[in-house]
Amino acid sequence: MTEIVKRPAAMTPRFKHCGETAVSVELGDTIDLETNRRVRQLFHKLQENPLHGILSMNPTYRSLFIQYDPWECSFEKLIQHLENMFRQGSGEPVEGRTLEIPVCYGGEFGPDLAFVASHNGLSVKEVIRIHSASLYPVFMIGFTPGFPYLGGLDSRLFTPRRDTPRIRVPAGSVGIADQQTGIYSLESPGGWQIIGRSPLKFFDPQEDPPALLRAGMNIRFRPINKDEYSLT
Amino acid sequence: MNTPSLEILEPGPLATVQDRGRLGHQHLGVPVSGAMDLHAFRMGNMLVGNSPFEACLEITQGRFQARFLRDTTFAVTGSSPHAFLNRTPIPTWRALKARKGQYIRVMQSDHGFRDYLVLSGGIQVPLVLGSRSTYLRGKFGGFEGRALKTGDVLHTGPEAREPLPAVYPKQLIPPYSSNPQLRVVLGPQDSAFSQGGLEAFIGGTFTVTDRADRMGCRLSGSPIQHERTADIISDGLAMGAIQIPGNGQPLILLADRPTTGGYAKIANVISVDIPLIAQTLPGGRITFKVVSFYEAREIYLHKEFAIRRFMAGDEKVGA
Repeated sequence: MTEIVKRPAAMTPRFKHCGETAVSVELGDTIDLETNRRVRQLFHKLQENPLHGILSMNPTYRSLFIQYDPWECSFEKLIQHLENMFRQGSGEPVEGRTLEIPVCYGGEFGPDLAFVASHNGLSVKEVIRIHSASLYPVFMIGFTPGFPYLGGLDSRLFTPRRDTPRIRVPAGSVGIADQQTGIYSLESPGGWQIIGRSPLKFFDPQEDPPALLRAGMNIRFRPINKDEYSLT
Repeated sequence: MNTPSLEILEPGPLATVQDRGRLGHQHLGVPVSGAMDLHAFRMGNMLVGNSPFEACLEITQGRFQARFLRDTTFAVTGSSPHAFLNRTPIPTWRALKARKGQYIRVMQSDHGFRDYLVLSGGIQVPLVLGSRSTYLRGKFGGFEGRALKTGDVLHTGPEAREPLPAVYPKQLIPPYSSNPQLRVVLGPQDSAFSQGGLEAFIGGTFTVTDRADRMGCRLSGSPIQHERTADIISDGLAMGAIQIPGNGQPLILLADRPTTGGYAKIANVISVDIPLIAQTLPGGRITFKVVSFYEAREIYLHKEFAIRRFMAGDEKVGA
């Protein structure tokens, strides 16, 4: 994972082929909010100005992934459309709302909370306080349905992954892996240090939209107790 | 209007409902899924007279048996040389008629991994996020979000139109092989590899390991060295992306791949050759051949033109 930088370097878009049916449009070389915002702006512009032949798009940290059908739309036509979008300027910044995520820390919901505390020479209470004090930008959704890649973890909480990944991590689990914190949106295997669990449903294919979070949102964790967890 | 058409007697190691996949939801982390061999899937639909992307059954390593619950036009496409209707061997890649009560069997084959049983009218299961494909890890889509079991009954829609005349699209069957050569376009992160790493990739022979499933196909061979690190800033994954993690062993990402990945991708298998890797069994030996983006596009358009001509009936193909 590349270091998160505060100041982005402006860059001419780079088009990188991913085979003959997809292209990655790179807008920067670092993980930073400004580059990520430009990626999301391009994504929204293309949603508003669809081009026949684009099959799917995926905004990531610093690039927009576009899958297309070369029979319907040539690469050259796609690039021309993208250049038009760039020429139109950045447009309105696309900012998501701030969402509060209730989390029951420790106990059965956060079996690794004590490890994260001792690894960093903190008390369990301090870990909870620090983790729930920051505002975390959602840079992208990926890995599994609805899984948010969050920035903004306080360096005092950096903790390596577990030596032995768990076979089953319940949906809603909040974890730390190296310099990142995240939420397991679906039950899956995983090696993150699990410090708590949220009662919210982060992904439901029957809902519209199916994912609770999307790129551009900011989230804050709010500590709750077990009673509150079961009431949510 | 949907009619019960097929009862599963033996699903074999893995049988799922698949269509073209769940395109358009990747920004929410939803994998595309869909048929692993999209070509066999699409041709099967065209042979029975469906629109090209109707849902069908993806059968993995045969050992599959089912009973028709009504007279049905169907086709088996994929890597198996033949299947059976009751006790009679039947050709694959052809539209055929089954009578109510007849049994279809798809056998395990040494030559390939997956077969598609395509029924006229398409398999009708609820659309989830615009697709009927099964995503097993997420437990949604397809038939109740799971692999098929003995006793499951599948419904189909009304038979839409006449199937193509009983032709055999010989030129449109991929050159399936136990030891395929895959054509690739380098990138998007080929510059993350050392010269030696690139040579190991281009000149090497890689064996398909038994870790080959709908998510991807892990290969083993001479390690492919990175220039500095395997890690990249996570970005989007195309079908056929070849990721090289720190151990230098390639992973070719397929239908159920995650939407994003954090390892450098040395190249991408061209879409015309993805059916070949989707059909290669563990133990198969893989080599790679680099083509330019423009060559890859030419190959794609050429195949697409041939399929469309075949569909339009401009060409009487095969015997």
